Amino acid sequence: MTGFDFSNYNRNAALQAKGAPGPKATSTGTTIVGCIYDNGVVIAADTRATSGPIVADKNCEKLHYIAPKIWCAGAGTAADTEFTTALISSNIELHSLSTGRPPRVITCMTMLKQHLFRYQGHIGAYLVVAGVDPTGTGLYTVHAHGSTDKLPYVTMGSGSLAAMSVFESTWKPNLNKDEAIALASEAIKAGIFNDLGSGSNVDVCVIEKDKPTQLLRNYIRPNERGQKERDYRFAKGTTAYLNEKVFSKEDLRKYVTVEEISGDPNLMEVDP
Amino acid sequence: MVASHGLTGMLGEDGIHVDMNHLKSGEVNLGTSIMAINFKDGVILGADSRTTTGAYIANRVTDKLTQVHDTIWCCRSGSAADTQAVADIVSYHLNMYSIVNNEAPSTQVAGALFQELCYENKDMLRLVLFVNWYTGIGHLIYRCSAGIIIAGYDPRHGGQVYSIPLGGSLHKQAYSIGGSGSTYIYGYCDANWRENMTEEEGIQFVRGALREAIKWDGSSGGVIRLVVLTAKGAQRHLYLPDTDYTGPGATY
Repeated sequence: MTGFDFSNYNRNAALQAKGAPGPKATSTGTTIVGCIYDNGVVIAADTRATSGPIVADKNCEKLHYIAPKIWCAGAGTAADTEFTTALISSNIELHSLSTGRPPRVITCMTMLKQHLFRYQGHIGAYLVVAGVDPTGTGLYTVHAHGSTDKLPYVTMGSGSLAAMSVFESTWKPNLNKDEAIALASEAIKAGIFNDLGSGSNVDVCVIEKDKPTQLLRNYIRPNERGQKERDYRFAKGTTAYLNEKVFSKEDLRKYVTVEEISGDPNLMEVDP
Repeated sequence: MVASHGLTGMLGEDGIHVDMNHLKSGEVNLGTSIMAINFKDGVILGADSRTTTGAYIANRVTDKLTQVHDTIWCCRSGSAADTQAVADIVSYHLNMYSIVNNEAPSTQVAGALFQELCYENKDMLRLVLFVNWYTGIGHLIYRCSAGIIIAGYDPRHGGQVYSIPLGGSLHKQAYSIGGSGSTYIYGYCDANWRENMTEEEGIQFVRGALREAIKWDGSSGGVIRLVVLTAKGAQRHLYLPDTDYTGPGATY
């Protein structure tokens, strides 16, 4: 059987009512953004993955491939963003093969929203969908419950407020490519520095008409681990000792006893 | 309009799932101001543009006026996900209807389709619990999260306005207001409503009403969007808060 199994839902709800801690889904505190410019669209993401208060991965990838010219940035439950985008990517490729046309961003957005709506928010994927197709440039947000928005600049995830403050204060119409990349990465940096759930590096994906898509992995690394001024290694001879004895591998034979175990070794596999 | 809900498991004393986080974060908010009116030559639909996720405005320029056929549109309030899904399904059926019958559907057909979906899926629509903060007792209210107003123009019947409130009933009305902001403008609308207004008078009526709804309702805001549906087709209007929605606005 495929799909979700809700058989433990009532048990978990009852246990939680009695004060037991419920099972936790691994969710990524995240900052993801997208921004349209004159000739295309740029999306960006931070690279921190968290599990509770622990940073699980300092340099993960939150930019997902859908089609050569459609990419997705994911926030929310890590596994759900990964598998949802992979599923839609497959279906988009089959759809493109069957129609003999390049896939459209709105098709991808519609497939995502209908998939997520069917699962009523249980699939915790919050996505920014971006790309170019024969109809032009597209940029959408898709929430886990299946609602979508179409906007010239978008942010999502726990760092969305910090990122949106950058867009709302510095965005202007008709940006060029370099300005859009700078604005998107500045918005991610606001998330990295001001949101606890976001951190590490900035990944950027630039999608432009008639040009190959560029995935700028670690476009900005504002958290490079510097050289420590001191370390905990001790110089040889720091600890005084009274004498020295060196054993070779062969000498070890003298200090251990080897016993052969009798009987059929296969018998040990049989239950008594 | 609400973008998303958080769901966590908690049991009330009666074994009914109660989401305390949901309530605390003010997620229960179904804030919107929408309306549609009849006028001399057709109908006018109007809406604010605010979508919220808890206290955060997820979209300040939302388009809650959704086209389901050439001159049949709807105003959406409640859960964004639910109403978008419903509108998409109706849009599909009306498209099929016009191909099969080689004729545009009437507004009533569209209304009946919306009603069918809202009524038959009552149970699917999100359950909202209200706590009386004085007694601490929870009251269960099944609240339809899709409050929709349908308005359209067809050559046979002219302009028509239908509303589908909580339970999924369908009402033909002279004009209809909806969403949390509508509570503030019942008086305004009753006092200022006139049959057979001109287009200009109708626009002023809707604009004036939504201006008040946005002023008093914290969950409504942003820009005012209008759609005028007549024999000439659909015409969009946009009014910005910069001039307190009184400026000339833009048409497109």
